[in-house]
Amino acid sequence: MNPPTLLAAVSGIDTGDTAWMLIATALVLMMTPALGLFYAGLVRSKNTLNTFMMCVGAIAVAMVTWALVGYSLAFDGNGSLIGGLGYAGLHGVDFTPREGTTIPQLVFMAFQATFCIITVALVSGAVVERMRFGAFLVFAALWSVCVYAVLAHWAFGGGWLQANGTLDFAGGVPVEMGSGFSALAAALVVGARKDYGRQALLPHNAVYVLLGAGLLWFGWFGFNGGSGFSTGNPSVLAFTNTLLTPACTLVVWFALDLFRGRKVTAIGAATAIVVGCVAITPAGGFISPGWAMLLGALAALPSYAIIVWRTRTRVDETLDVLAAHGTAGFFGILFIGFFAQLSWNGVSDGLFYGNAAQLGDQALAALAGPTYAFLATFVLLKLIGAVTPLRASEHDEALGMDVVQHGEEAYVTGEGAILVFPEDGGTAGVPVADPG
Amino acid sequence: MKLVIGIVRPEKANDVLEALYRAQVRGVSMSRVQGHGGELERVETYRGTTVQMGLAEKVRFEIAVSDEFVQPTVDALCEGARTGQVGDGKIFVLPLDSAVRIRTGETDHGAVTPVDK
Repeated sequence: MNPPTLLAAVSGIDTGDTAWMLIATALVLMMTPALGLFYAGLVRSKNTLNTFMMCVGAIAVAMVTWALVGYSLAFDGNGSLIGGLGYAGLHGVDFTPREGTTIPQLVFMAFQATFCIITVALVSGAVVERMRFGAFLVFAALWSVCVYAVLAHWAFGGGWLQANGTLDFAGGVPVEMGSGFSALAAALVVGARKDYGRQALLPHNAVYVLLGAGLLWFGWFGFNGGSGFSTGNPSVLAFTNTLLTPACTLVVWFALDLFRGRKVTAIGAATAIVVGCVAITPAGGFISPGWAMLLGALAALPSYAIIVWRTRTRVDETLDVLAAHGTAGFFGILFIGFFAQLSWNGVSDGLFYGNAAQLGDQALAALAGPTYAFLATFVLLKLIGAVTPLRASEHDEALGMDVVQHGEEAYVTGEGAILVFPEDGGTAGVPVADPG
Repeated sequence: MKLVIGIVRPEKANDVLEALYRAQVRGVSMSRVQGHGGELERVETYRGTTVQMGLAEKVRFEIAVSDEFVQPTVDALCEGARTGQVGDGKIFVLPLDSAVRIRTGETDHGAVTPVDK
């Protein structure tokens, strides 16, 4: 391809749409560090950096795998199960718009990349405080291709679910159910933290959790508002629903907290924001603002119940990705089947408006997405575990993953720290006193 | 009457509390301290600045007990805190001149004996 052709003005591009999608892409990328903050606050202080670094690691690894093969497998062609390799290495991804959009395919690819990144980061919530960082990076690379790209193809890229008529506005199948049910599998394969069920393992900084949730919500306006790939009505509807739904989830969550413990909790509120944002993700551009508010209120119930139930089991799905993302995503996908409204979305009605078939299409996605995500993740982690240990030793786990995996601490004081100059760099690890 | 001071790994603090509870020892203070007791120094790097961390996080228990409780307290500290690796900590037993329970003004043996409700 020679430069003059590439740089010539491309027809079919809308500058307003492109401007919004550039911003939306940046907003969604910000969600991954925001998730890092949210997750870091939920773990013990000795694992702060490791937890945050899993999200940073997801940006590094998933962006590269997405550019190499992930984007192509998700968005090249209309294969039923998987896309082609025509866009591998971003070959042919340039300023011309993708069919059905009015933005350069480069922006489309970048926007979708940020979805892949945050989904990989979400799964880390199941294995924090014990999984080896190296093993996680390997898992992140393979998972982004074998699980995320496949589910994205099914739901967005012309795969069988989309062809069948399943409505998924911004990723209820690949992002929310994909991460939630993969997290369950990951927690089962990696196993519980050694102190789980024996000691109270408490969040070390609730302010991080609230700030992280707030930044996630902010970024979610790009996530849902950008998933119409334009500044048109679906995007506007999804954008506003992203404001309405989580607010209703918050109100109901407050009520549930009051009912159970007589106090409204801050970490509960942060969780409710995420649950509300997740619930409206698949439904954003398909349901009216009124139904979106009902969705937010109802979505609180199953997620709340699963969080209460899960902590009483031996399953250490540490940061409740299944409850917040898997469950609320499942709920949102099904909700579309009931309350989608042609007069608002221009695409399809749901059962409530006389189209029962839509509910069937939604139920199919709600079965297929979780099943594939769970099984593929289970097998993938078993395979990686056969080659390299998935978790740190008990001794390292007790010491904390920050010092062991990264050689840093989040809250270092500097007391008793001795500078090591490069010229005597060989003295590392020398005992200063004979313990014998 | 003795003052038992136990300096242990922070990650074993909960195990120590459990062991003390089982030994019927109540009335404990604990604080976070930094200490060094012969374990290998950790090397950490912060954007080009490499340092040896000479001090490690420890938890310090202070427990005032009557004479018949000294050995059970020491045993519980050892049981709860031991991993077998260098850095498990130390226990010091000191004579204690007097003790006062502020609420009732009880002194000495009465002050360090737990109240049975």
